[in-house]
Amino acid sequence: MNRALPVLTVLLGILAIWYAAAVWMNATWVFDQAERAGTTVTWAEAIPQTMAQERPLLPPPHQVGAELWKGLFGQAVTSKRSLVYHGYVTFKGTMMGFGLGIVAGVLLAMAIVRFRVMDMGLMPWAIISQTIPIVALAPMIITLSSQLGLTARDVPKAIIAAYLSFFPVLVSMVKGLRSPDQMQLDLLKTYGAGEMATFLKLRLPASMPYFFASLKVAVAASLVGTIVGELPTGAIEGLGARMLIGSQFGEPLIMWAALFAAAILAGLLIVVVGVVERLAARRMGVRA
Amino acid sequence: MKDTISQNQPVIEAKGLNLVFQTADGPVQALKDVNLTVAKGDFVSFIGPSGCGKTTFLRAIAALEHPTSGTLTVNGMSPDEARRKRAYGYVFQAAGLYPWRTIRGNIKLPLEIMGFSKADQEERVQRVLELVELKGFGKKFPWQLSGGMQQRASIARALAFDADILLMDEPFGALDEIVRDRLNEEVLKLWARTGKTIGFVTHSIPEAVYLSTKIVVMSPRPGRITDVIDSPLPKERPLDIRDSREFIEIAHRVREGLRAGHHED
Ligand SMILES: Nc1ncnc2c1ncn2[C@@H]1O[C@H](COP(=O)(O)OP(=O)(O)OP(=O)(O)O)[C@@H](O)[C@H]1O
Ligand SMILES: [Mg+2]
Repeated sequence: MNRALPVLTVLLGILAIWYAAAVWMNATWVFDQAERAGTTVTWAEAIPQTMAQERPLLPPPHQVGAELWKGLFGQAVTSKRSLVYHGYVTFKGTMMGFGLGIVAGVLLAMAIVRFRVMDMGLMPWAIISQTIPIVALAPMIITLSSQLGLTARDVPKAIIAAYLSFFPVLVSMVKGLRSPDQMQLDLLKTYGAGEMATFLKLRLPASMPYFFASLKVAVAASLVGTIVGELPTGAIEGLGARMLIGSQFGEPLIMWAALFAAAILAGLLIVVVGVVERLAARRMGVRA
Repeated sequence: MKDTISQNQPVIEAKGLNLVFQTADGPVQALKDVNLTVAKGDFVSFIGPSGCGKTTFLRAIAALEHPTSGTLTVNGMSPDEARRKRAYGYVFQAAGLYPWRTIRGNIKLPLEIMGFSKADQEERVQRVLELVELKGFGKKFPWQLSGGMQQRASIARALAFDADILLMDEPFGALDEIVRDRLNEEVLKLWARTGKTIGFVTHSIPEAVYLSTKIVVMSPRPGRITDVIDSPLPKERPLDIRDSREFIEIAHRVREGLRAGHHED
C-alpha cells in the first residue's frame, strides 16, 4: 500500500493531463467542423465530441484502452488484427536479438579483457557504433540482408536488435571480468591455476552481478531495435509495423494501441529479467 | 618423495637475496642481502615496521614476486617449481573468500583446480573444517560468518591440499585481541598436529614470541634482516607462558632489534 500510493498518484496525474490535452487538441477539429457547417458550438457541447472522434489528433485514454482491449482480446490470437499476434512477432524478434546481443557482448568482452590489442582496437569501434542513429542504419541492414538473399524478415530484425543490445552487455562484462582484485588473482596463482581456471573459477562468476545488471538495459534496447526493424515499409507484422500502418493510414487509435502493447511487452520483459536476476543472485549467495 | 628430503635439508633457504621494484619514482629496494635458513617444522615469524619487506619476502617464497639477485630455494627447488609441486598454502591478510561460494565451496576451490577426485574433495573439506573448528559451517556463505571465522575458513582452504609450508601474511591483523588470542592458540595446535613449516608475518611482538620457534626481525629502507632469534620456549605453550621470564626476555630482545633498526635511518 505504501508503494502503491505514490504510483497511483502519478498515474492519476498523467491521466488528468492526458484528458486535458486530448480536449484541447481535438477541439480544434470540432470547431472547424462547426465553422464549415456555419454553426457555432460552445465548449460544453464541444468537449463530449472530443472524447469520441474516429480520427482524433490525440485519442483520450478510454479510447486507447478500448482499442487495446479489442486488439488483445477481440479476436483469435492468430488473427492478423490481434495485438497478441503482432506482440508475439515482436517478442520473438526481441528474444533473437537479445540472445545474439548477449553472445556478441560476452564474446567481445572476453576478447577485450584477454587481449590488450583488442581493448585498444575494438572498444573505440564499439562506442562509435552506438553513436550512429539506429533509424539511419536499420534500412541499410534490411536492404543489405535481402541483397544477401535473406528474405526472411527475422534476420535483419534480430541484427538490428542485437546491434543495440550488445553494447550494455559488453560494457558491463568488461567491467565484471576485470573486477577481481590482485589478491584474488594471486590466490589462484598460488594454486598454479592456468588462464582457463582463472577465467572459469574467478573472472566469470565475479562478473555475474554486472552481467545481470546489464540485462535489463539490454532487453529494453533489444525491444526498441526490433520495433525500429519493423518500421521500414514492407513490414506487415509486429508492433512496429502496426504503429507505422496506424500513422500512415491516419488511424491514430491503431497506432496508440500498438504503442501501449509495446509498453506492456517491455514491462513484462523487464519483470521476467528481474526475476531471473533475483534467482541467480540467490544461487550465488547474495544476502537477502 | 618425502624420504629423499633429509630431515636436515632446509625447507626455505635465502642467500644474498635482493629484490628491487621498478616504480615510476625510480627503483625501490624492498629486500637487501637477505640470508635466512628455515628448517622443516619451524614456525618462523617476520616482524618489523611497515614497509620493511615482510610481505615481499613471503611473496617471493610463494613465487608471487621474483628476486632481482641472490638465490632462494624452497624444498631445494626454485619457488616456481615448488609451486607446481603444491609446496605451500598462502593465507592473505583479508580472508578473501569468494562471496558466491559457500564455505565448503571455497575450501574446494584449490582442490578443483588441482584436480582432486570428487570423493577426495569432500573428505578433505570435512577434515580441514574440523581442523579449524568450523564443522557444521560448510553450507554457510562467507557473509554469514564473523571475521575470525572467515579467516579460519581461509586457513582451512590453505590446508586442504596438504602443502607442507603454510605462509600467512598478518592473518589476524584485522581482528580484535580476544579473537586473536584464541586463533593463535589454534594455530599452535594445528602446527603441532600437522608438523607443517609455517611462515607468519605480524606486527605484534607478543604474537611473534608466543607462536615462533624462530623470530626474524626486519628493518626498512632498504628492507633487511637485523636479527634472527631462535626461541628457547618449549613446543607446548599455554597462553600464560606470556608471563614467564623467558618470554619477556625474548620480547625484550625483539623490541631492541626493532629499535636498533629504526635508529639506523
Ligand atoms: N608491487 C610493488 N611495486 C612497487 N613497490 C612495492 C611493491 N610492493 C611493495 N613495494 C615496496 O616495497 C617495500 C616493502 O613492501 P612490503 O609490502 O613488503 O612491506 P611490509 O613489510 O609487508 O609492510 P606492512 O607491514 O605495511 O605490510 C615498500 O617500500 C613498498 O612500497
Ligand atoms: Mg605487508
